[in-house]
Amino acid sequence: MSAQTIELPAMDSKALAPINWKFPIIYGILAVISLVGFGLSVGGDVWSGISVNTGFSRIQFAVPSQVTALVCTVIEIGLGIWAWQLTAARKKTPVGLPLGFGFCFVVAFLVRAVAGSEQSLQVTGLLQGTLFLSVPLIFGAMAGCVCEHVGVINVAIEGQLLAGAFLAAVVGSLTLNPWLGLLAAPVAGALVGALLALFAVRYWVDHIIVGVVLNVLVTGFTSYLFSTVLSEHKDVFAVPTVLPTLPIPGLSLIPVLGPVLFNQNVLVYIMYAAVVVLQIMLYRSRWGLRMRACGEHPKAADTVGIKVNATRVRNTILGGAIAGLGGAFFTVANGLAFGKEMSAGRGYIALAAMILGGWSPRGAVAAALLFGFADNLQNALSVVGVGIPSQFMLMAPYLITIFAVAGFVGKVRPPAQEGQPYKG
Amino acid sequence: MKLELRAVTKKFGSFVANDAIDLVVEPGQIHALLGENGAGKSTLMNVLYGLYAADGGQILIDGEPVHFSGPGQAMAAGIGMVHQHFMLIPVFTVAENVVLGHEPTSGALINLDEARQLVRDISARFGFEVDPDALVEELPVGIQQRVEIIKALSRDAEVLILDEPTAVLTPQETDELMGIMRDLKQQGTSIVFITHKLREVQEVADTITVIRHGKVVGTALPTASQEELASLMVGRAVDLKVDKDAAREAEVALRVADLTLVDHSGLTLLDHITFDVKRGEILAIAGVQGNGQTELTEALMGLRKPTAGSITLDGDELVGKSVRQIIDAGVGFVPEDRSRDGMVASFSVAENMVLDQIGHDPFSHGGALAMATIAEHATTQVEQFDVRTGSIEAPMSSLSGGNQQKVVLARELSRELRLLLASQPTRGVDVGSIEFIHERIVAERDKGTPVIIVSTELDEVTALADRIAVMYRGRFVGIVGPDTSRSDLGLMMAGVDPNNKEEQR
Repeated sequence: MSAQTIELPAMDSKALAPINWKFPIIYGILAVISLVGFGLSVGGDVWSGISVNTGFSRIQFAVPSQVTALVCTVIEIGLGIWAWQLTAARKKTPVGLPLGFGFCFVVAFLVRAVAGSEQSLQVTGLLQGTLFLSVPLIFGAMAGCVCEHVGVINVAIEGQLLAGAFLAAVVGSLTLNPWLGLLAAPVAGALVGALLALFAVRYWVDHIIVGVVLNVLVTGFTSYLFSTVLSEHKDVFAVPTVLPTLPIPGLSLIPVLGPVLFNQNVLVYIMYAAVVVLQIMLYRSRWGLRMRACGEHPKAADTVGIKVNATRVRNTILGGAIAGLGGAFFTVANGLAFGKEMSAGRGYIALAAMILGGWSPRGAVAAALLFGFADNLQNALSVVGVGIPSQFMLMAPYLITIFAVAGFVGKVRPPAQEGQPYKG
Repeated sequence: MKLELRAVTKKFGSFVANDAIDLVVEPGQIHALLGENGAGKSTLMNVLYGLYAADGGQILIDGEPVHFSGPGQAMAAGIGMVHQHFMLIPVFTVAENVVLGHEPTSGALINLDEARQLVRDISARFGFEVDPDALVEELPVGIQQRVEIIKALSRDAEVLILDEPTAVLTPQETDELMGIMRDLKQQGTSIVFITHKLREVQEVADTITVIRHGKVVGTALPTASQEELASLMVGRAVDLKVDKDAAREAEVALRVADLTLVDHSGLTLLDHITFDVKRGEILAIAGVQGNGQTELTEALMGLRKPTAGSITLDGDELVGKSVRQIIDAGVGFVPEDRSRDGMVASFSVAENMVLDQIGHDPFSHGGALAMATIAEHATTQVEQFDVRTGSIEAPMSSLSGGNQQKVVLARELSRELRLLLASQPTRGVDVGSIEFIHERIVAERDKGTPVIIVSTELDEVTALADRIAVMYRGRFVGIVGPDTSRSDLGLMMAGVDPNNKEEQR
C-alpha cells in the first residue's frame, strides 16, 4: 500500500447545527412595533414636517405620516421575510440587510415622532448632532482598539477622556490659547495610560480592576481640583477657550454632507485622520503586525525577538494619549470650562462601540456613530416635543448599547491574549 | 556552523533541570536529543535559544563563546527553533507569520509582495506547497509545522532545533518530515532533533545523545537497538511489550449509537459515531490530536450534551444524565489533561484519592469528612499503586507526573467500575510508570470491565488494544483488529479507510 497520495473521502456529513432564529425573530418583533406603534397609531390625515439644510438654503417639506410609516413597515416586513428565508436555507445574510432594516425602522420612528407637531424634523441637525456626540466615542474606541490589540484591556478610557478634558481646559485657560489646551489633552491621557501599563503589564494586576480604579482616581482627583482650585480662581483656571471652526474650502459646500462633515474644528479633522491611519497601520504596517502579535500570541512574538512587555507599555500609553485627545472635545472643542465628571460614562460606551465594531477601527466608528445617533435622538426629539418621558430618552443610548453588544458579540473574536499578563 | 554546549546548567529553584550538559552539534548533522518527558531536553533548547538564562556553562559557535539574552540574538547567530507548541499567530497569514520580527517594508507599510516571494522561494527549495496568503489557523498542523520551518529558514538558520516535532503528526506526515529533515541536512543545515520516540531516532539521526534527569547519560549511534536506547533513556532494562491474553468473548456493555455533536458555531465535532464495547475488552481510540477524541470522551462523561444519538451502558441511557449520575453509574474517567481536569494540585494526595467520592459514605457523614477513613484509604491505595510520595498529606503538586497519574488511576480504579474511560493515560509519564499503568489497565480489563483508551501514541494503542477505532474529523474511519499494520493505521488517521481503498482497486 503506497503512502504517497492520500485521497480524502468526501465528507458525507449530515450533522448540522441547529438554526439560529435570533435575528429573524428580532426583525419580526421590530416590524410589529413599527406597524402598530408607528404606522397604525397615527391618523391618516396627519403630516410630518421635515427640514433639510443643504448648506445654501433650508428646504422644508412634509410627508403623510401614516403612509410613510406604513411604507417603511412594508419594506421591513419584506426584509424580515428575506432574512427568514436566508436563515432557513442556512445562508449568510448580507450586511446591507440589517442596515436597511434599521434605516426603515428609524425613519418610521422619526416620522411618527414628529407627526402632527408644529416643529419639523431637522435632518441636518440630527446628523450634525450625531457626529458631534460621536467624537469622544470614536477617540475612545480608537484608544480601545490600540490597547486591546496589543493585549491590554483599557477600561480606563473614561478616566483618560476626563483627564484630557481637564488638562485641556486648564492649560487653555492658563494660556488663553485653546491650541495649547488641545496639545495638553493627550499628555494627560498618556499619563493615565502609563499608570494602566505600569500596573497591568509590570505588576500583572487584573486589567479591568486597574481600569476601574483609575477611572475612580481621575474622577476624584479632577473633582477635587474643580471644587477647590478651579472654583476659587475661576478667572485663572476656568476661562473657557474655544477651538475655531475651520470650514474646509470646497468640501464644506457639498449639499447636506458638507456642513455636517467639513464645517468642523480641527479636533474632528484629526479624528478622521486618526481613524484612516489606524485602520491601515493596524493591519498593514510593521508596527501593527508586531503589536497585534503581542496581543494574539505573545510567546510567539517573543520567540521572533519582539519585546512583548515593552511593546505593550508603549502602545498602552499611545492608546491613553488618543483617548486623552478625545477628552479635549468636552472642553476646548466646545468652548466650555471643565465641569465635574463631564465625560459622563462616554468612555464605557466607547469601549462598547469598539467591541460592537469587532475590534477594528472601521467597525468601531460605525458603532460609535450608532451610539452617537441614539444619544442625539433625545435632544432632537425633546425639541420637537414627543410625549415620551425624557428619563426614558436618556436611557436610550445605554439600552441600545446593551442590546447591540449582546446581539453581536461572539461573531468576532477579540485578540486571543487580551488581559493576560506575559510573564516571559 | 558547529554548535557546542559546555557544562550548561539550568536550575528552577532547587530543581536542577539541566546539570552540566555537554553537547556538540557538527555541521550538516542530525543530532537526536533523546530523553523521557521531563528529562530536560526542552529546557536545554530554550536555554540555547535564549528563552531561559543559563545558571552556568557556555555556548560556543564555531569555537567562539556566545551569550544570548533573548531569542532575537540566537536567531541572529543562526539558530532557529520549531517549538513543540507552534509559535504562529493563528489570525495572521503565512507570509505575515514568516516575516514577523524582520518585516520587509516599503514606506510605512509592510511589503507583502516581498514577504510572499520569500515564502515561495523557500517552499520551492523543499517542495512545500504552502499558500503565502492562507490564514495559519485554517491550515492543518502538518502544514503549520512547515510554516514554522520556513520561518526559521527565512532567518538563515544554520542550526534548526525541532522540539518534539512528530507529536502532532500522522505516521505519513512524520515520514514526510523525516524526508524534509534529510533535505535540510543535505543543504547544509544542522538539526537538533528532540524526541522520546525511539523509532524516529533510529530512522533519521546521525548521532544520539541521551538525557536522563537533566544529565547526559550517554551517546549512541542510530544502529543501537530500541531496547538499548530505551534502557539508556530510563536507566534500567525495560520491557516495551505489554503482556496480555486475548480478550474473552463476552456480552456488549456499552453501546454508542449515532452520537453527534455540533457546537454553537455550526462546527461538527462528532459525526454519527457508532460503536460498542464488550465486557473485558479494551477499545483503543487512535487518531491525531484534535479529531474529536476530547469531545467524544466529554460526551461520554456528560460534560458535553450531544446534539443527537444515544449512549447506553448495560441498557441504561446515559445521555441527559449529569456527570455526577454518570460517575455513580460506575464510569471511571482518566482525563487527558491530568493537571487541569484530573486533580487539584494544592490538595493532598489523600484528598485527591477521593475527589469524586467525597460526598457520600464511607468518606463523609452528614457533610463532615471522615478523615480517618480517607487517610486509611489513601494509605492502602498508595501502597497498591506504588505511588512514590513522602506522605499522603503531601500536596499533589509535589509528585512527579507519573506518580500523579498513578493517584488519578488509583482513585478511578478504587471502586467497582462498569466502564473505564482513560484518555492519554500515559501522557507525560515516565517509562517506568507507563509499564505499571498499562498493567493496571489490562488487569481491570481482565476483571471484566469494558475499557476505552484514547491515545495519540500509536505504540500505546497497539500495545493495549483488543480492537482499534481510528478517529478523523469527528468520525470513526473504521474499527480494526489489534494486528493492523502501522501504515494502515496511519492512512486511517489521515481519513482513508484502507478496506474501501482496496475494494476500489
